Amino acid sequence: MAYFLGLLAALVAFWLGNSGHYKPLMLGFGGASVLLTMILAYRLDIIDREGAPYVRLPQLMKYYPWLAVEVVKSNWVVIRACLRADLDITPTLAKIKTTCKTDLARVTFANSITMTPGTVTVEIEGDKLLVHGLYESGTEPEGFIEMDKRCAAACDPKETRA
Amino acid sequence: MGDFFANIGNFWEFLRHPLGGVACLAGGLLCIVSAIGVLRFPDFYTRLHAASVTDTSGAALILIGMALMAPNWLVLVKLLCIFIFLFLTSPTASHALVNAAHVAGLQPRIGPVGAANPEDEA
Repeated sequence: MAYFLGLLAALVAFWLGNSGHYKPLMLGFGGASVLLTMILAYRLDIIDREGAPYVRLPQLMKYYPWLAVEVVKSNWVVIRACLRADLDITPTLAKIKTTCKTDLARVTFANSITMTPGTVTVEIEGDKLLVHGLYESGTEPEGFIEMDKRCAAACDPKETRA
Repeated sequence: MGDFFANIGNFWEFLRHPLGGVACLAGGLLCIVSAIGVLRFPDFYTRLHAASVTDTSGAALILIGMALMAPNWLVLVKLLCIFIFLFLTSPTASHALVNAAHVAGLQPRIGPVGAANPEDEA
């Protein structure tokens, strides 16, 4: 039921934010389209944790500002590498172990690594990630421990955490 | 007190267009920087790192600039939607590219490049 209401609220907010017309006719069309979408989602059986992922939103809202700061920091490193008169990069491949338990937490962690310029997740297998980095110093496993911890705190349910 | 808030509102109306212009310009500049990086770096994997500057700070700064110059909140909501979709899809796209290259067997160049490697000419 909570997922149902969450999806409904998100759809209504999305319609209102994108339309800007508030005549009864238009509102009626909007209501009809939201209703149709809900019926289709129900028939497809996708009103679940993945269809309405709003339960983890508060924790994710704590994680994203920290990630934004990290992205800005590593952006600066890559911009300097691009503009330096002599190239001084040392491309590296590294294996990173993650403590995240659920798929969602692992995807968030891998996406965060890819999002910060200078490091890209090449492959995920089980709890090991293959990461390609622009600098050897930026690809050491110790550097990813904090991001890993924060991802686990943001996405893993409490009982699975070590 | 109401006068004070009205003043702040006027000041913001006056300030937001230049601020938005500066943000858009900075974003465009970052896109050019990352294009320079794409041209200079030696192989596929390192070039992707340079391109990810466009994905993150370039796109974010341009969107922030447009949000500052937005005429009403409807435009703001649409820009927010674009930001969220970019935020979720651009790392996925990068990962798909790198993973495809890795699966196809393209070997990344490992070790010092350029000035850090005395035997290198590039």
